[in-house]
Amino acid sequence: MSDSLEFKYQIDGEDFARVGHASTDVKKKLKMMGLPPDVIRRVSIAIYEGEINMVIHAYGGEITVTISEGDVKMVLADKGPGIPDIEKAMTAGYSTASESVRNLGFGAGMGLPNMKKYTDSIEIETELGVGTTVTMHVKF
Amino acid sequence: MTIQNLIDTGRFEVVNAGDDLTREIKDVFCCDLLSICMSKGIEDAAWVTVMGNVNTLAVMTLTDMACIVLAEGARMDEVGLQKAQSEGFTVLRTEDPIYPSARFIDDMIHA
Ligand SMILES: Nc1ncnc2c1ncn2[C@@H]1O[C@H](COP(=O)(O)OP(=O)(O)OP(=O)(O)O)[C@@H](O)[C@H]1O
Ligand SMILES: [Mg+2]
Repeated sequence: MSDSLEFKYQIDGEDFARVGHASTDVKKKLKMMGLPPDVIRRVSIAIYEGEINMVIHAYGGEITVTISEGDVKMVLADKGPGIPDIEKAMTAGYSTASESVRNLGFGAGMGLPNMKKYTDSIEIETELGVGTTVTMHVKF
Repeated sequence: MTIQNLIDTGRFEVVNAGDDLTREIKDVFCCDLLSICMSKGIEDAAWVTVMGNVNTLAVMTLTDMACIVLAEGARMDEVGLQKAQSEGFTVLRTEDPIYPSARFIDDMIHA
């Protein structure tokens, strides 16, 4: 696998019914490519949490997954409200999720901590009123 | 114990019988907060939860859990039901609380 492979997903901020489609599809692709189960699991968790955050905290966005020799790179870019305090947002248990979103099972405040825990690196660029871009890598 | 065996106990109402009823159930997992389920979900487990929506189905797929058992009288919402049917996921339900439901499945696994 010397060439890199790239997959792009548009995430609709309104469409709760389709949320999870990017992570589910990436999982399928990695499985077909024969990546180790542990790598697939970590990538699935990272993309799923990022995808959900784009829908419940931003207004959707774009996910780009690049698979190259020994590395899965995930870039999740949204044009949402931005994150005022990244350190706080990264704290386990911290959540600004609304009551209606909590009723769906979200809002444990574990999404970003999971993304950090299961990837080899995470970088968050954010600007209030402009958007947030999360870049993660899983090495294998 | 397979999914079919679990259905055959008659203990749970079948919301949707999935397309692989011969799949083995090896464990039981209980949790309702999806981001915790996402990281702690157990492969091939029956997942007992009160969350019945498409997100539950997404987490089940991503964590390779075997089936969903909705407890406490929880129901799968309309969108979730359609997805379970079109993708062939098994969803069962019961009026009973989480613990006895999970315990029953665990007992069946180890019977
Ligand atoms: N893309 C984003 N845009 C704006 N705010 C965000 C974004 N992602 C996360 N946040 C903020 O960071 C907080 C923590 O995010 P995190 O994913 O850890 O928890 P959560 O989404 O609230 O709950 P959970 O992920 O456990 O369901 C969110 O409540 C929200 O305030
Ligand atoms: Mg989150």
